[in-house]
Amino acid sequence: MLTDLTIAQAAAGLRKRDFSATELTKAHISAIGQLNGRLNAYITVTADQAETAATRADKTLAAGDAPTLTGIPLGIKDLFCTNGVRTTAGSRILSNFVPPYESTVTANLLKNGAVFLGKTNLDEFAMGSANLTSAFGEVENPWHRSSDSTALVPGGSSGGSAAAVAAHIAMGATGTDTGGSIRQPAAYCGIVGLKPTYGRCSRWGTIAFASSLDQAGPMTRTVEDAAIMLQAMAGHDPKDSTSASIAVPDYRAATTRSLKGLRVGIPAEYRPDGMSEELLAVWQKGIDMLREAGCEIVDVSLPHTKYGLATYYIIAPAECSSNLARYDGIRFGVRAEGATSLDDLYEKSRHNGFGEEVRRRILVGTYVLSAGYYDAYYLKAQKVRTLIQRDFATAFEKVDVLLTPTAPTAAFGHNEKPDDPVQMYLNDIFTVPASMAGQPAMSVPVALDSRGLPLGLQLIGRHFDEETLIAAGAALEKSAAFSARPDLRAGAAA
Amino acid sequence: MSYTIEGSTGTWEIVVGLEVHAQVISKSKLFSGASTAFGGEPNTQVSLIDAGFPGMLPVINGECVAQAVRTGLGLKARINLESRFDRKNYFYADLPQGYQISQFAHPIIGEGKIEIELSDGSTREIGITRLHLEQDAGKLLHDQDPKLSFIDLNRAGVALMEIVSEPDIRTPEEAGAYLRKLRQILRYLGTCDGNMDEGSMRADVNVSVRRNAGEPFRTRCEIKNVNSIRFVTQAIEIEAARQVEIWESGGSVDQETRLFDPGRGETRSLRSKEDAHDYRYFPDPDLLPLVIEQNWVDQLKAGLPELPDEKRARFQKEYGITAYDAGVLVAEQATADFYESVAKSRDGKSAAAWMTGDFFAALNRTGRSIDESPVGADKLGAMLDLIADSTINGKIAKDVLETMFETGETPLEIVERKGLRQVTDTGAIEKAADDVIANNADKLEQYRGGKDKLFGFFVGQVMKATQGKANPAMVNEILKKKIHG
Repeated sequence: MLTDLTIAQAAAGLRKRDFSATELTKAHISAIGQLNGRLNAYITVTADQAETAATRADKTLAAGDAPTLTGIPLGIKDLFCTNGVRTTAGSRILSNFVPPYESTVTANLLKNGAVFLGKTNLDEFAMGSANLTSAFGEVENPWHRSSDSTALVPGGSSGGSAAAVAAHIAMGATGTDTGGSIRQPAAYCGIVGLKPTYGRCSRWGTIAFASSLDQAGPMTRTVEDAAIMLQAMAGHDPKDSTSASIAVPDYRAATTRSLKGLRVGIPAEYRPDGMSEELLAVWQKGIDMLREAGCEIVDVSLPHTKYGLATYYIIAPAECSSNLARYDGIRFGVRAEGATSLDDLYEKSRHNGFGEEVRRRILVGTYVLSAGYYDAYYLKAQKVRTLIQRDFATAFEKVDVLLTPTAPTAAFGHNEKPDDPVQMYLNDIFTVPASMAGQPAMSVPVALDSRGLPLGLQLIGRHFDEETLIAAGAALEKSAAFSARPDLRAGAAA
Repeated sequence: MSYTIEGSTGTWEIVVGLEVHAQVISKSKLFSGASTAFGGEPNTQVSLIDAGFPGMLPVINGECVAQAVRTGLGLKARINLESRFDRKNYFYADLPQGYQISQFAHPIIGEGKIEIELSDGSTREIGITRLHLEQDAGKLLHDQDPKLSFIDLNRAGVALMEIVSEPDIRTPEEAGAYLRKLRQILRYLGTCDGNMDEGSMRADVNVSVRRNAGEPFRTRCEIKNVNSIRFVTQAIEIEAARQVEIWESGGSVDQETRLFDPGRGETRSLRSKEDAHDYRYFPDPDLLPLVIEQNWVDQLKAGLPELPDEKRARFQKEYGITAYDAGVLVAEQATADFYESVAKSRDGKSAAAWMTGDFFAALNRTGRSIDESPVGADKLGAMLDLIADSTINGKIAKDVLETMFETGETPLEIVERKGLRQVTDTGAIEKAADDVIANNADKLEQYRGGKDKLFGFFVGQVMKATQGKANPAMVNEILKKKIHG
């Protein structure tokens, strides 16, 4: 089936004329038609634009010398602004917003020939770890426990992208990661998710959540596919002052790199009390696989890890409280009816436009930046952030890459979500520190747990050394030979 | 000059500090490529960044940074090689992002100073606390519709320099002198056009009063957005008097923001300290710290024009003119340049006298600026040359200048056309003198009888007979010889 191919396989097949880009796109559109009603992975499907793009891709392929992603159908997280295509950020307040511009990352993908199938669902403004806060409904994880058919969350915030890739209704998808929003849903959905170094991909045209943390990255079914997608997405952008002016290496070449002598750090602090034996065993399995591949395993310490989550939940809300001030109902987005004054217009538009979790984070962020609280919260959090960054810098003097679990649990049920938002935030406990330090990190599916759900391991690298992540990730992937597929997927369901 | 307020319980001194918002001269805005031109149709100079669209990011405009550094150098201030941008968060319809990008904790320019000149000829130094870069807001239009307000974002995102003075100002006159001097420096530097009526320079005035210079500062009030120098001095007088009255009646002044109403001649409360915004400043995560190189600062310094203080001192020394004339001539860069072209290789004193006298008078009368003068520096200089080489005398020159303003001819053309050449022909003057003496025998007798003043009468008559063209020195000499024999 065309939908079963990896990006690398499809790119080769297109060039051998085994099938056309139009056939490839139509196969995905048709699968979306069958599955999206249940999965709700896409908020907007752009079938017509996709077919037009596929026709153009076929011409480019016929002419020869087509860029790598020519004709490859992708899902785009609905946080990337897409020219002429509604971009909602999963929020009611942007439910009518059609940007007249294309984000740098998606423009790069289009330049590389990619075909966009549509805009994928997400937690509202990327705030959430289970895709339960979207104004456009929950996403269902295509995986189910072997024992029952309880609907599970796909993780978040890039839950729609993860579900679409896992269910074979996109060959790959873009995600964004602020505290784990690429890696954690990738782990929940049994796919690869790569958060590059902060500054590797431009943030221009991507709707901001927390500017000092947000970073776009690929979500794919293989490490090689992640390398191919990242190659197209990354690069310096003068329109983003925080984008790094550092050359982008050949990521795909890194997939076959030898791991001989690579030093892999195992941080002691990623082993909190109450961690499941099953997860510990999967982690150990990963360690063994890398050792067999020629790596040296080194115990390291990241002593400030335990402050990561608390620090993150000060800094990210602080930035979001300011970033989301522009959604005021004045120039774009949804404006409340019947306002009697400017303040009333703000209050009504924002109260109606934002969901509960977004409102909570705006309030928390406003509080921690307030006079009298700034020093105790925001300033202290920035200091702790520096300590967390120093932890990584120190560790990377001794090792080349770190290996940890991606998330503390496998996917849970929609009706099993914790009532306490702080419990929910614990999903990000292993992914947040790398975000705080701007390190690149990747989740690779390694095994199924006893209930038949995928578990992922996380690799964390040095700044701008995504190549080592890709090399180590490819080795893990090869050893793990993770071939399980979810029950809900193109060609398998219905 | 001291300024005090006589209250019913004694004398009060005023303490004033000024925060000036100066719009930076630059082609594009502080963080976007949109144009900064004044007077465009509403919302025609707005980028998606200025309008705060989702996902838009600011990128610093290097020219605005250079302008801030130039200004800092002109204010003899510390240039901070590393500075930062912060977000000042508040909601208003003219502020699309919901925050203003400003510099709070780490401004680009630190302490500096300005020397001001006062009407009694004395000078004082006023300290500059800091200068920082920030974005301007848009403009709300409330008069377009009975029910709706409109928003014009052309100004949103334009670069401003906020220049904060120390509370060193003690009189309304000093405040005016400070603003004039600051505006003069900005204009010389070409970093702000200083047009207060177009809003490209606006002042917030902090006023407090105290019993005497030994007393600590009392509570101050901030008068927002005063848009002319005259209003600044008026607002200070009125606000200081209000505060004195409160203190003397046993009350206390509340720290608050006030507005000056020039029509009613009063200040009134805009918002109290309790209602003050909590701006929740924090470092803008979209922008890296602004790091500049000393080398670059040195280059900018080397490229600075001569500033008014230095120019005035040089004019006095080089051209031998008075401090007062030099001050008048350097007030505007264009005037100073004009003067230098005229004075170069001529008599500087005479050039200064003509410029500050008849030339400025003619400009004023015709309502023109020096840039619009029909008489350029070359023509005025040519006229001075005609005086110097005795082609015309000073009295004729006044008429020639008048005609130059009217017709735009060169002075020589006018002299030739009107036959105004000075008469230096001894024979002609002697003949005129003889005629005058012969026709005024009675006056001659009176003069010889001791009425010395009548000598002027004879000179006048000879000048009249030569249509003013006779060389006055020669007329004097010849008359003396003839009358005294």
